[in-house]
Amino acid sequence: MNKNKYKEIVNRNTPKEECFKNGIIAFLVGGTIGALGELLLRCYMMWLNLPRKESGILVTLTFVAIASILTALGIFDVLVTKVKAALFIPITGFAHSMTSAALEYKHEGLVLGIGTNIFKLAGTVILYGVVSVYVFGLIRLLTIGG
Amino acid sequence: MTYIYAFLFCGFVCLIAQIILDNTKFTPGHITSLFVVIGAFLDVFGIYDKFVLYAGAGALLPITSFGHLLIHGAMDMAHDIGPLGLSLGIFNLTSAGISIALVLSFILAIVFKPKH
Repeated sequence: MNKNKYKEIVNRNTPKEECFKNGIIAFLVGGTIGALGELLLRCYMMWLNLPRKESGILVTLTFVAIASILTALGIFDVLVTKVKAALFIPITGFAHSMTSAALEYKHEGLVLGIGTNIFKLAGTVILYGVVSVYVFGLIRLLTIGG
Repeated sequence: MTYIYAFLFCGFVCLIAQIILDNTKFTPGHITSLFVVIGAFLDVFGIYDKFVLYAGAGALLPITSFGHLLIHGAMDMAHDIGPLGLSLGIFNLTSAGISIALVLSFILAIVFKPKH
């Protein structure tokens, strides 16, 4: 069997990613998470008499807590395989990456397992966030001046 | 009205991420890093503040707001005490999320067994 024929067969048999359907699902689920967050923000502002900024932080913390607990129970991984981007783009993905890394490497010990691997995936977010903020911040300080 | 904007904004960000995920070889790690940088970039000119104003939590929940909060804390502190504030204030607003995520994931990792 020559290479071209092999390629043809592989192309025919690989399952087609349903881009359109995945996109719609991501949009709907992501949007629902956003709207739920807004509802929660209003509730916190009303019940706890907090200013908008603090309620925003509290909403983030709530979603982090929910995502961590769902990950530990093993539910989050099932959900991620179904809706993908809608769950790792909100802050839930950040919490999920930490908890799943901690659980996965637990058997290697407290320090060498959990300690060294907890930032395995979340580390990229922090690294590139901080580096880009330094670059952009310096540019803004030098041009506009703060 | 804020609910609709929150739905549209958060959904739109997730839609872009899903399109990138399906059509390129980028992994979720690449995409989240990219989105954090985009969020930080948008806030240099105060564009992301407008999104937060109109979409509320819809703009605070996607990972782009992580970059936005990082540069917001850094620039606020830099405004008060000069260029050194950039390093002092960078984690001011995001430390709550990071520390809670760390503490919770540590406790949960101790308590629960990994599922396979």
